[in-house]
Amino acid sequence: MSTVFIALQTNEDTRPIIEAITADNPHARINEAPAMVKIDAEGKLTVRRSSIEERIGRDFDLQELHINLISLSGNIDETDDELTLSWNA
Amino acid sequence: MHIDLRTVSIKPLRQTFDHVARRIGGDKPASRYQEGTFDLQATANFHYRPTWDPQHEIFDASRSAIRMADWYTFKDPRQFYYGAYTLARAKQQDTAEANFDFVESRGLAADLPVELRDTVLKLLVPLRHVAWGANMNNAAICAYGYGTAFTQPCIYQSMDQLGIAQYLTRVGLLLGDVEVLDDAKAAWMSDDAWQGLRRYVEDSFVVKDPFELYVAQNVALDGLLYPLVFEAIVDDVLAAKGGTAVAMLTQFMTDWYGETKKWVDATVKTAAAESADNKAQLEKWIVHWRDRAAAALLPVARLALAEGADAVLEDVVQQFNTRLAKAGVTV
Repeated sequence: MSTVFIALQTNEDTRPIIEAITADNPHARINEAPAMVKIDAEGKLTVRRSSIEERIGRDFDLQELHINLISLSGNIDETDDELTLSWNA
Repeated sequence: MHIDLRTVSIKPLRQTFDHVARRIGGDKPASRYQEGTFDLQATANFHYRPTWDPQHEIFDASRSAIRMADWYTFKDPRQFYYGAYTLARAKQQDTAEANFDFVESRGLAADLPVELRDTVLKLLVPLRHVAWGANMNNAAICAYGYGTAFTQPCIYQSMDQLGIAQYLTRVGLLLGDVEVLDDAKAAWMSDDAWQGLRRYVEDSFVVKDPFELYVAQNVALDGLLYPLVFEAIVDDVLAAKGGTAVAMLTQFMTDWYGETKKWVDATVKTAAAESADNKAQLEKWIVHWRDRAAAALLPVARLALAEGADAVLEDVVQQFNTRLAKAGVTV
């Protein structure tokens, strides 16, 4: 299996996003670099809108993710509710 | 010359304050909301009891019948601390200003049917006195309540209600002239339709228990008033009669209620989940104030809905009960 990753800036906007990803993807590894958080995961990584909304108490548009997004790798499957990174086996 | 760029990553010695780390476990990075909330309430070194209330300390959790092992169990789902709150409201104020500009510059207020405009003035402008009461009440909850997690959002709520009173005033001035404010005050002071609500607001001013006041104002009165007036009447009934412009002018109230109700629900849920005693006490208060609020709002609803008022209000009360059932309170 190969690794997918998503890298986000470290700030107050991304904190709930990172928390949500950690909760939804127990297999993910969080690497904290200066001003950046890189989240690696084997095979698949899911970012769920509902989990982020739970943490910020307001509606969240998954597109808001891109404001603080540095980079990502993997094939992207994007809907209104989920953004999934994966490598097709 | 050759220069090598090298990244040195420096691990911070500590991620947050000790008292925050004790609450969230370990030395994890804390959110600004957590740092701006936890354990900010003064708890010690009160040398003298207040002369105006010698039974209590200056800050005293026993002012309320609601008992919490830890008053920081409360959480504002919006995570408002000063910075986040002012940013959110500044954005909403921009939208509201744009809406007022839109209605004003296109002369939409003048296009409203006369009968509809009268209804709006009769219904909305006196409500600024209710909003002012809510401003006073939330300031009081903040002053006499305990624990920053519980009191902090109340002062934001207080400022919001002041803003709502100002928006209602501006709606009045946009649709009419300065006299409409005097007329509304006169209606508030002596019109039969408003006396029930006025009594409710004035009675709430003397409620001593900060949590009961919270129930009377933020749970019961706002929980019925906002869905009734701004959702059922303005957004549905009046908009269908050509009053879309009015719905634009009150958009802040609709959005604001949708947002604050999450916080109110979270607060009720946390307090009720703490103990059976809390739950019973809350249910008693909510039933009492809900019934009073519903009775007080009925003649106000009749101003806009005439005979349809009973059905609409009943519907609003039903929704209110369902909402609180989700928060773990049976009323």
